[in-house]
Amino acid sequence: MLEMMLSVLIVVGALFTFIGSLGLARLGDFYTRLHGPTKATTLGVGALLIASVLYFSTRGEGLSLHEILVTLFLFITAPVSAHLLAKAALHLRVRSLAPPPLEAEDPSGGPRARTGD
Amino acid sequence: MKLRLLPHPILTPVLALIWLLLVNSLSPGQILLGLILGWAIPVFTLRFWPERVRIHKPLTLMRFLAVVMYDILVANLAVAALILGGPKHVKPAFVRVPLALRTDLGISLLANTVSLTPGTVSAWLSPDRSHLVVHGLNVNDPDALIAEIKHRYEAPIKEVFEPC
Repeated sequence: MLEMMLSVLIVVGALFTFIGSLGLARLGDFYTRLHGPTKATTLGVGALLIASVLYFSTRGEGLSLHEILVTLFLFITAPVSAHLLAKAALHLRVRSLAPPPLEAEDPSGGPRARTGD
Repeated sequence: MKLRLLPHPILTPVLALIWLLLVNSLSPGQILLGLILGWAIPVFTLRFWPERVRIHKPLTLMRFLAVVMYDILVANLAVAALILGGPKHVKPAFVRVPLALRTDLGISLLANTVSLTPGTVSAWLSPDRSHLVVHGLNVNDPDALIAEIKHRYEAPIKEVFEPC
């Protein structure tokens, strides 16, 4: 029973992580590709970590909870790196499917024109 | 005096808890060590944390966390479907979200939340901190997206961390 549950969780986790990477390969431009790895991974890694907690907690060595820390660190670092990547892309004016925000279009007020930021 | 000895009352138990999770044990010695670390680290890093964090409505915070967890779960499925459905169906767009939040903590929490919930990534903060530029993966109605971000995420964060 437990093994069934673990297998399902691991397969589901792997599936979502795979879909995330698939998005990285299939989507059209830099900004949409950014969504794949920051997103599907939260659920994919979440399912894998729940499986890990269940497995190590039922081996008789007491509750194992330090997987929670992995989630915590992931939730702190993933959005920050995504934000920095997107910001850098706006500065460099990477080709975008969506019209970029006004600041990036206006040569005088755009992110690129500002220095010392 | 109280400020010098215990500058961040919330950080102390959080650090102690993180320590206990790191060592994966609940023995009295580790709890004591965790509490000492939780007390010492804020005291010695006081200069990096000029703002004192206060949580005003713990219940609202709990509800907010539950809402975010639920959104991550549901919207993850939506993004997975979008990716599998093919790149031709996505309609990416940048939207400008006007910010009501004023503190560093509030804005970074909102930006993090927006990036964590699938379908949106915070991309740029205007230099005067009045707008957050958000990139949406599939935006049919930009105004609805802005309203949702403001209502679902910004309002509770403001209530909990910036009640004035």
